[in-house]
Amino acid sequence: MLRHDLLIVGGGLAGLSAALGADPTLKVGVISKVHPLRSHSVAAQGGINAALANRPDCADDTCEKHAFDTIKGSDYLADQDAAELLCQRAIPTIYELDHWGAPFSRFPDGSIAQRPFGGAGFPRTCYAADRTGHILLHTLYEQAVRRNVTFYDEWLVTDIIVRDRRLVGLVAYDLAGGEIIPLRARAVIFATGGYGRIFFRSTNAYINLGGGIGMAYKAGVPLKDMEFVQFHPTTLFGKNILMTEAARGEGGYLVNAKGRRFMEDYTPKAMELAPRDIVARSIQTEIDKGNGFENEYVHLDLRHLGREKILQRLPGIRDICIHFAGLDPVDRPIPIQPAQHYSMGGIDVDATCASPVEGFFAAGECACVSVHGANRLGGNSLLESIVFGRIAGESASLYLRGGPSEAGGDRETAETARALMARIQSVHEREAGENVFQLLNKLKRVMSDTAGIFRDAATLRRGLEELAVLREAYRRVFIYGPCGRYCQEMVVLVEFEHMMEVAEVILLGALKREETRGSHFRTDFPKRDDASWLKHTIITRSDKGPVVTYRDLQVGRYAPEERKY
Amino acid sequence: MTFKILRFDAQKDNRPYFQVYRHVPKPHETVLEALKDIRDQQDPSLSFRYSCREAVCGSCGMVINGRICLACRTQVGDLGANEVVIEPLPNLEIQKDLIVDLKPFWDAYRKVEPFLQAPGDVPEKGHVVAEKDMEKVFQYITCILCACCYSACPVATRDGRYVGPAALAKLYRFTLDPRDRRPFSALERVDGPDGVWGCDTVFRCNDICPKDVRPADGIEGLRRKIIAGKTKRLFRRKP
Repeated sequence: MLRHDLLIVGGGLAGLSAALGADPTLKVGVISKVHPLRSHSVAAQGGINAALANRPDCADDTCEKHAFDTIKGSDYLADQDAAELLCQRAIPTIYELDHWGAPFSRFPDGSIAQRPFGGAGFPRTCYAADRTGHILLHTLYEQAVRRNVTFYDEWLVTDIIVRDRRLVGLVAYDLAGGEIIPLRARAVIFATGGYGRIFFRSTNAYINLGGGIGMAYKAGVPLKDMEFVQFHPTTLFGKNILMTEAARGEGGYLVNAKGRRFMEDYTPKAMELAPRDIVARSIQTEIDKGNGFENEYVHLDLRHLGREKILQRLPGIRDICIHFAGLDPVDRPIPIQPAQHYSMGGIDVDATCASPVEGFFAAGECACVSVHGANRLGGNSLLESIVFGRIAGESASLYLRGGPSEAGGDRETAETARALMARIQSVHEREAGENVFQLLNKLKRVMSDTAGIFRDAATLRRGLEELAVLREAYRRVFIYGPCGRYCQEMVVLVEFEHMMEVAEVILLGALKREETRGSHFRTDFPKRDDASWLKHTIITRSDKGPVVTYRDLQVGRYAPEERKY
Repeated sequence: MTFKILRFDAQKDNRPYFQVYRHVPKPHETVLEALKDIRDQQDPSLSFRYSCREAVCGSCGMVINGRICLACRTQVGDLGANEVVIEPLPNLEIQKDLIVDLKPFWDAYRKVEPFLQAPGDVPEKGHVVAEKDMEKVFQYITCILCACCYSACPVATRDGRYVGPAALAKLYRFTLDPRDRRPFSALERVDGPDGVWGCDTVFRCNDICPKDVRPADGIEGLRRKIIAGKTKRLFRRKP
């Protein structure tokens, strides 16, 4: 059986950062269901926040101010100590990335350039044009290559095995080899990313099914604050490809069908640069009021920025507009609409990235520390995945140092692999049944229709009912092709099972939280309710179904106040 | 419309064959969306790589009506044809359907030491780099390592040892970076027929690159640096 001290699942920024943060004397492996450079981190555009205070007129910026903006942006649901840790580690992290080769854009004095972003008091978003995720992912991968990290590319982890509340191993499907393989590890870090593609309209890569989150939940790890789903305000109409917040950071306008910069009616001070939850709701409200184009979208207008600035600062989104919408933003406004973008909630971990299951850690979008609370600020996700990926690598190494010897677990791990093989076999032997790709498309509709930007008890209950129907249908699932190499039916079949858990936890968390906070807007409870709801939702799986509990928030130095922008 | 897709399963087929599907694309549908629709609705056994669907992850390079490109960035309507023929990338072995074995491509990437070599500790306030120097690097860092250039390269077709355009362009990107201090010997590693001198300079990589990287510019740049370095060394050796 393959044995490692530490296995990291996911090859995006958090996973690579964990690998680089781990003790190099340990036997570490990174398992990724796609080649690491195909991970969704690559698609991040606008930038990464750190209070470098590089702009001469912004020398007053500090990591405390960054932390305050993050906490206020989170609608006060972030754990304040964790947010402060994130912002403190931001500055050395950026300089380290720079030293590792990240080609950040520069100010005329040769320092790293910074641009304004939503909800931020200072321009503190570092960037490389509008390809920041791309350059950071490549940079970390390059460093991993330099250190000779062991990779298992195109392996899908299907199960984790927990014995006596302790992680002992996992099972993976090696796509190229066409085999199901048991692996032993003394510790595992999940860096499996978000669940964007559980929604019909999402900016996320097709691969972001959220299987990792559901897998952890099924193994008994609690999930936290899953009802908080970020909808990005500006995604290309029709394709829902991200149009970076940097487009507004650089000065772009949002304009409705009446030709009006409508953000004036919602956040007159911050205008287009309010946090994402507020801007997304404002856009949707305009569309719902009939002020949109074709009742579907509004305009993101960059024309006044001029050709040169667009080519220099936003070349990537210009390319996307030309190739995917047939328009050049130099000459025409971009049709945009909100779409699912980010998962604030996730696997319940503390600020050392440790979960309640011994030896099981999580970092990045799949995890919830929580630093983003009810709404994440733009430019904080790249930061979080790199900083907490690193912390996860360090914590897991520390755990392994004093750690338990490898006692038992081979039998369970091998048995889990055999059970999966048997289950796939039995599904394959059916004469006919449900097509899993079509079930997935139905699930996306359910989630978009019932757990979108605006929610109420009735839609959320309907979501749970429709999910139960899909669960029933999944029992009749069928694999049409051969179950050998690169069987993508098998991939989605395994992930879909985990996705149904994720969907249920999102719907349930949203139904129970009878208030409006950050991205979670209940039309039947449209006010924030700090007296009752300044707490994290924790949902744990039991034999009888999900068990919902709450954990009080550690409010630090910033008392909750009304968010005005 | 007709979609003729190359099928092959190394575990069961002796040779690849074309399978024909009928599919009516929606307006502005990309080839990748068409492939997904065909898979979801007609044939779940069809295999192809995909991820970001916005031309930044580099997963979905393939041959569409004879041209190497990213399926996600190719609109069916723009092909101007009633039949779409889809084949896997050339110069690499087919693993299943449209999925090829990229091992030779990644091996070549690793061979050039594709990482910045900046000596010393992290500078306290970061490196100072002139904006115009960083912008020179930008041409090459848009590379998404999709292997389209490797597949289009006639040298890679006839010589499996050739490291290919993407790896060489990656190396050139580092030599352009003012923070990088790799020794000249790192360039000598590609100073041969498997490296920069293997290039036929027919610029197919430049023509085909979906991200306008122009890898051949990088190969040309490396050649100049290698010649300059050797010349310098020649003069230094003189008594």
